[in-house]
Amino acid sequence: MATKGVTLNTNARKIRFARRFISILLKMRKTRSPCSSSSIEDVRKRSQRIKIAAYSSMAHAVGPRRAWSRAVLFKLRSRARHQSMMKRRSFGLQKKRVVVVKNNNDIIPSGQLSQADRLRQLVPGGKAMDMCSLLEETADYISCLATQVKVMQTIADHFSK
Amino acid sequence: MSSRRSRSRQSGGSRITDDQINELVSKLQQLLPEIRDRRSDKVSAAKVLQETCSYIRSLHREVDDLSERLSELLPTTDTAQAAIIRSLLMQ
Repeated sequence: MATKGVTLNTNARKIRFARRFISILLKMRKTRSPCSSSSIEDVRKRSQRIKIAAYSSMAHAVGPRRAWSRAVLFKLRSRARHQSMMKRRSFGLQKKRVVVVKNNNDIIPSGQLSQADRLRQLVPGGKAMDMCSLLEETADYISCLATQVKVMQTIADHFSK
Repeated sequence: MSSRRSRSRQSGGSRITDDQINELVSKLQQLLPEIRDRRSDKVSAAKVLQETCSYIRSLHREVDDLSERLSELLPTTDTAQAAIIRSLLMQ
């Protein structure tokens, strides 16, 4: 029934994500100093920033309507707050590496967990969800992730031309 | 679509029925490339959840790899945003 609406919706989301993500990428390119050689460390740091930009752009593209995107946006905001606090407190100290989308699954041994609990750890904000919303949010999260991957792939192909 | 469902769920009380869960599980199954084409009565809910987890993990890995690839490509890049958006729309 709503297939057309859904496709339009997904497409709009895809474009919103792409716009946001690409403009961050282009900004990153501008701020890079032209004479610096790209060492392995630079590339690693930059890829971390690109990854965070990708997840945050998708969460922004979806907006606060979804529980998973709210969880991502909240995590990003508290991360930014935490970082500016750390910067004020200990200026010049090495910044700790913070991963936005947590993969808790390697902390807890997966043997004694139910499938649903394992899913809760993978979907942002999943820990607080009942079964129904977990399934709904997972479906939305998956299609967003797939879109995100597709767009990133297109951009990478475009860049390597 | 999902907002419609959650509204009807609220009006019908907070009880979650097995039918609702089954419907959501089969909707989820449609999104999984590995088991999308199997008949939904042939796949258990546990299997769907298991496949979902590994699919999410593989998507996360792809995002990691693509971030790395983009990070290496970025310095040499000189592209207009419009061209990429256009090729995305063509897909």
